[in-house]
Amino acid sequence: MSQENSKNFRTDAPLDVSRWGFPATYDVSLKRDSDDIFEDSKVLVNIGPTHPAMHGAFRCMARLNGEVIEKSVCEFGYTHRAKEKLGENRTYHQFVVYTDRLNYCSALANNVAYAMSVERLLGVEVPERAVWIRMMCAELARVIDHLICIGINAVDLGAFSYFLYGYHQRERAYTLIEKLCGARLTTSYTRIGGLMADAPEGWEREVKDWVKQTREVIEEMDRLLTENRIWLKRTKGVAIFNKEDCLRYSYTGPNARAAGLDIDLRRDQPCMFYDKMEFDVPVAQTGDVFDRYFVRVEEIKQSLNILTQCADRIKKGPVWADDKRTRIPEKERVYNTMEGLIHHFKFFMTGFDVPVGEAYTPFEAANGELGFYIISKGGPMAHRMRIRSPSFWHYQGLDPMIQGEYIADLVAALGSINVIAGELDR
Amino acid sequence: MNVQTLIPTIYGGWKEKFSTQWGSMIEALKTKFPDHIEEVLLPDAHPVDIPTLFLEKTGALEVLRELKEVHGLSFLTDYTASDEGGEKRFHLILHLMGVATKVRLRIKIRIAESELFPSLIPLWEGANWAEREIFDMFGIRFEGHPDLRRILMDVRWEGHPLRKDYPLRGYQVFLSPEPIDPELFK
Amino acid sequence: MSKDGSSDFFTTRLEDMVNWARKHSLFPLPFGTSCCGIELMSTLASGYDMARFGAEVVRFSPRQSDLLIVAGIVNLKMAPVLRNIYDQMADPKWVISMGACASSGGIFNVYSVTQGIDTVVPVDVYVPGCPPAPEGLLNGLLRLKDMIALGETHSQRRERALKESRS
Repeated sequence: MSQENSKNFRTDAPLDVSRWGFPATYDVSLKRDSDDIFEDSKVLVNIGPTHPAMHGAFRCMARLNGEVIEKSVCEFGYTHRAKEKLGENRTYHQFVVYTDRLNYCSALANNVAYAMSVERLLGVEVPERAVWIRMMCAELARVIDHLICIGINAVDLGAFSYFLYGYHQRERAYTLIEKLCGARLTTSYTRIGGLMADAPEGWEREVKDWVKQTREVIEEMDRLLTENRIWLKRTKGVAIFNKEDCLRYSYTGPNARAAGLDIDLRRDQPCMFYDKMEFDVPVAQTGDVFDRYFVRVEEIKQSLNILTQCADRIKKGPVWADDKRTRIPEKERVYNTMEGLIHHFKFFMTGFDVPVGEAYTPFEAANGELGFYIISKGGPMAHRMRIRSPSFWHYQGLDPMIQGEYIADLVAALGSINVIAGELDR
Repeated sequence: MNVQTLIPTIYGGWKEKFSTQWGSMIEALKTKFPDHIEEVLLPDAHPVDIPTLFLEKTGALEVLRELKEVHGLSFLTDYTASDEGGEKRFHLILHLMGVATKVRLRIKIRIAESELFPSLIPLWEGANWAEREIFDMFGIRFEGHPDLRRILMDVRWEGHPLRKDYPLRGYQVFLSPEPIDPELFK
Repeated sequence: MSKDGSSDFFTTRLEDMVNWARKHSLFPLPFGTSCCGIELMSTLASGYDMARFGAEVVRFSPRQSDLLIVAGIVNLKMAPVLRNIYDQMADPKWVISMGACASSGGIFNVYSVTQGIDTVVPVDVYVPGCPPAPEGLLNGLLRLKDMIALGETHSQRRERALKESRS
């Protein structure tokens, strides 16, 4: 083997995927068996709803021609928990806990999106420190969500140790989140008009340490997998979903950016202080499994940049909006005065009234555009609480995405679009 | 009208940024389809965050095609419904977005319980599952939909859970897993 | 038994011996549907490492496993599927209900959710929490092992009752 070739197997070689000679666009017809010798052997395969590759609770029925999927029907609804109906039957404050269980891999981002949407209806503005902490929460959530997505995608294709690297770093992030709110996964950290509690002393510093660690871990993970030949063969040119398809199926987030659809709400319609941040939006062109993986890896690096900038600029101050309606009474007052106790009781039992109006508030969550569309007819409960979850639209694209692919690539495709059951079924 | 209260950290600039685009778009639609637009709610006068157009049922598809092809609102962000009661019981609600301009617009269509609404799959293929979900949750039927089955609930479920008259705890128990119709694979 | 391994003998009941062997060779089937599934993954991953407690080999086939860990929501559409999986498992079999949703429906008392999986399958150990921390699940696993050693699980009671009715 010549020196030139042997260099390719080194894990620390710079990334140049073109040298493997994979075609930029993949002709699906190549994959079909040349003559239809399997005419008689068309079989129906049922995968799920508890198949390990189906990530919990999806079901996919496929008609196979040999090993190629001819037609598939994807089903879901196996974790439907009626969150939209609950939104009409719970007060705005009580609904915070249900938002955790939407995309449970990044619960903090859901909390932030929901709190923002109700504050927009109320006209409440949270103070600066709360906004900075919320931004850090959203970015932290994005990093750990992407870590779990690429980790599980790799597990499904056989790279188990890769998952352990990412998961170890995720455990460290849990420690940071526990310091904020005491919970690991389902955080319920934001409140309407503020936060549950201020971040503890020195939390920013710990986040910066964690960012430093994560950069190293990402480098390591990158070296481990990105140029691995088996990984490239399993992902390059597999399950292509191009820009036009993304537009037709309303893809957002990393999945759309992997196909060249350059949408990122953080840059295009900045809320909070995203307009003061410096970051890039990674965009790939092909839209195959590898691009979706690689966009996520790059996005983690950008999110880490944002986290550092936030940690540098965050200032001390209050975390609650100066608004009597939404402020949860302090425990000091509740335990020592009658008025405080009554206020506390009324707040939690009847909730606060939100004026008549309707608003759709989008937010760039880890998976794409997470939107809360709330119709309020006055009173403490919403008239309609619509949750626009990115996974719903992404999972819809799985059917056309896997037409003409091998049955084994269904696993790769499903893992790469990162469908989360809680968000999909709501 | 608190939605009008501008919160700089939560999309505070939308109204200034898009008001001219919204104005010209709505003017153009009003002159081209005077019969099809029932009502326009603007953020200045009504408690809405973005302009809301009420379309008449029969001409809705034409107006939506115009919006998609001429005005560049080619991205279907959301498609849902709400139960408002009264004679025209349901509102179909669409959120559209321009991919290049990022301008957003809300479309509503009043529809009675027994009425059919044309399917939007010719315009956006992504509307397929959204319409199935609306059918599942509200019982609104779509004309020309290729596969109008229940999506979240079991196919044997009775009633439509997000209607206001469906009880929050209306359980229905089935003893066997959900069947999948083999006709789907023909 | 001597230190060098040369055996004299020790006395025990056969049943205790079998239970002792059973409790150290659990083959879990992770029935993870939602949030608790992520914490179940945490428990299996390097930080907590469930392998330390004799439940290392995760089996996704019900016929090869004897411990069903139901992690997360089981709604009315999923309940018959869960029952099918439980029926496919070979005796003796055990069930851990992980988290509030699986144990009681939790905060989701709505039209689509079973109010506890014990309406569908017999449950041996309930682990509280929404979701439980990995330590909670490990504690539940240890409790289950104690119960297996005593022969006090649903499956073993059923086995004993069957024997008595035959004799």
